[in-house]
Amino acid sequence: MHKPKRLLLLPCLFFLTNLIHAQNVLQESAKDPLEVHGNFNVISQYYLTDSVIAAPTVPEKFLMNGYANVIATKGAFSAGARYESYENALLGFDPNYKGSGFPYRYFSFDNKGLSVTVGNFYEQFGTGMLFRSYEERDLGLDNAMDGIRVKYDLGNGVRFKGLVGRQRYFFAKGDGIVRAIDGEVNLNEAFSSWKDNKLKLLVGANFISKYQEDNNPDLVLPENVGAYSGRITARYSDFSITGEYAYKENDPSTDNTNIYKPGQGLFVSASYSQKGFGINLSAKHIDNMSFRSDRTEGFNNLTINYLPALTKQHTYNLAATLYPYATQPTGEIAFQGDIVFRLKKKTWYGGKYGTRILLNGSVAYGLDSTRVNDLNTTRQGYTAKFFSPGKEEYFQDINLTVERKLNKTFKVKAMYMNMMVNNLITRYGGLNGSFGGKIYADIAVLDVMYKIKPKHALRAEFQALWSDQDMGDWGTIVLEYTYSPHWFVAIMDQYNYGNSVEKNQIHYPYGTFGYINGGNRISLGFGRQKAGLFCVGGVCRVVPASNGLSINVTSSF
Amino acid sequence: MKNLILIVTITLSSIAAFGQTRTIPSVDLVDIDGNTFNTLEILNEGKPILINFWATWCSPCKRELNNIAEVYDDWVDETGVVIYAVSIDDARNAPKVKPYVDGVAWDYKVLLDVNADFRRQMGVVNVPHSFLVDKNGKIVHQHTSYQEGDEIELYEKIKKLANGDVLD
Repeated sequence: MHKPKRLLLLPCLFFLTNLIHAQNVLQESAKDPLEVHGNFNVISQYYLTDSVIAAPTVPEKFLMNGYANVIATKGAFSAGARYESYENALLGFDPNYKGSGFPYRYFSFDNKGLSVTVGNFYEQFGTGMLFRSYEERDLGLDNAMDGIRVKYDLGNGVRFKGLVGRQRYFFAKGDGIVRAIDGEVNLNEAFSSWKDNKLKLLVGANFISKYQEDNNPDLVLPENVGAYSGRITARYSDFSITGEYAYKENDPSTDNTNIYKPGQGLFVSASYSQKGFGINLSAKHIDNMSFRSDRTEGFNNLTINYLPALTKQHTYNLAATLYPYATQPTGEIAFQGDIVFRLKKKTWYGGKYGTRILLNGSVAYGLDSTRVNDLNTTRQGYTAKFFSPGKEEYFQDINLTVERKLNKTFKVKAMYMNMMVNNLITRYGGLNGSFGGKIYADIAVLDVMYKIKPKHALRAEFQALWSDQDMGDWGTIVLEYTYSPHWFVAIMDQYNYGNSVEKNQIHYPYGTFGYINGGNRISLGFGRQKAGLFCVGGVCRVVPASNGLSINVTSSF
Repeated sequence: MKNLILIVTITLSSIAAFGQTRTIPSVDLVDIDGNTFNTLEILNEGKPILINFWATWCSPCKRELNNIAEVYDDWVDETGVVIYAVSIDDARNAPKVKPYVDGVAWDYKVLLDVNADFRRQMGVVNVPHSFLVDKNGKIVHQHTSYQEGDEIELYEKIKKLANGDVLD
């Protein structure tokens, strides 16, 4: 472990030499005004008992999640804190969120390219394949670091970041210590002879090391686990390609059933676009890449890296919440293609206002692997061929969206998709229990916007999902009336009309009403919500069925 | 709950004490071509600036920016406004932002905020969320969500700023 220590020395040296200048920053910042701002969010729900949808009983009847962020800045100095309160946490959130406190606070300053943060911070290296500390408040997801981060920008396209700390674990911190360093060079900025080169190149590399005591009586576990990755982004005119390769040293964990096999990952993405047309093709290979600062943890807890699914993130309810896919960190190979283009306006095919077309397809497979029976020797677990899709298919999705404005009052959007999810892998369960096999579904959506007056609009969504497996066919209708810029009201009904179990052919009606003013938003919701997945930014949380009244207040100031 | 009320009270009173002076914080991002971009470079020679937070997976966001795209040329001609569309797409969708923006032919300046650093500093809870910046670089208005027709009132405010008027 000598190498990482030497690497960490570099930013420390910059830090010390620049500390001398801190006095000047203080004087300069004294002239700047103090600015205070932040935000506030509270979600609360009053739960009703509803045995029809198998909603869990809530002894407290009323539950609430809330937080407020306050950030104060004065010139180069910044300090902030977040208060969070779960009294008690809403259904579907990890009950480890209990009580109130200040789990997030920091102080930072910038001085001539040097940036220092002490306390909590979020950070990402490259695509996050090895390191990403982030938050998704709506999902109860937060692996913020608590420690010290130093960033240095040499100003000539060369940047370094170094950090040491522990990760947030609800209102406490995880067991393991995370040390990480990242360097990035923009070659066109770094070398004057490259300045006007048509080829743009950016390269970066990072090293992450975690430390956790070995307290396992049966196995000799590595207390320090290192991982490193390299990345490159190249652009030439309208083309661009980006790639990252990561390697993780042996890291026995609950996720990988304590095998000593090293992990590796590769992500490659290529794009071409010009005005009116864009295409992106991506591929990835993930093998034994679960990486946590506590080897015994599960769910979304104490993850050091971020492995998003290589699939489209759907927005329509039935497409987004019934059968979405999440990366299998233990191993998968996935491909995705995405095309966006515009049919010209004032043509017979594009219509008066033009037409937008989005075509997307993705597929994910397990690894092409062979089991190795060595549980009493080196515990390697299996061998896998690099970038070779295995026999087991996990997911596939092909979808087409067409959007067109017909005239000044009508706009339509239509979407069709065909998908398959292998439920032996994803293990979703609804009222019928968990279906053991592949679920195939076709989904169609028609979304019509009728502009009654310039500020009054009525929008209707008609969605249908057809499937011969799991819960069968679903239909959804959404009606939404908006009066810009303040008021909205919407009603929705989801109906599982094709469920093979007759008593589970249930309606899920839900109504919302709200008021928006500037940075404030207040909404009321009432009705039934089905059990399912609630997803934001590519990460999902399983939400149990519920019935009741919810109040949500958001403010940004 | 008592604590929560206390915090909110302290916060609100501190804001009242310090006034509403608010400028764009300094955050390192990348632009849509992959070049590094510091948010202090969000400038428009004394003309209004609209900063709009959006994502490729957010329907109302795309509806708003597509609606404005239809009238953007007129807005620029009449007021000189510039729109910075800040995508909060993370590593899952960030590679698809440029093909989407080019595919639907937006003329905005597009920035990528892949780990929500700028979003956090600006206090954005949900997208879409937009901020108006006046000729002195001060944030003078913000709006969360998008409803069909919101751009009408937004444009009235942009015109006022372009004329050097103060927003109520």
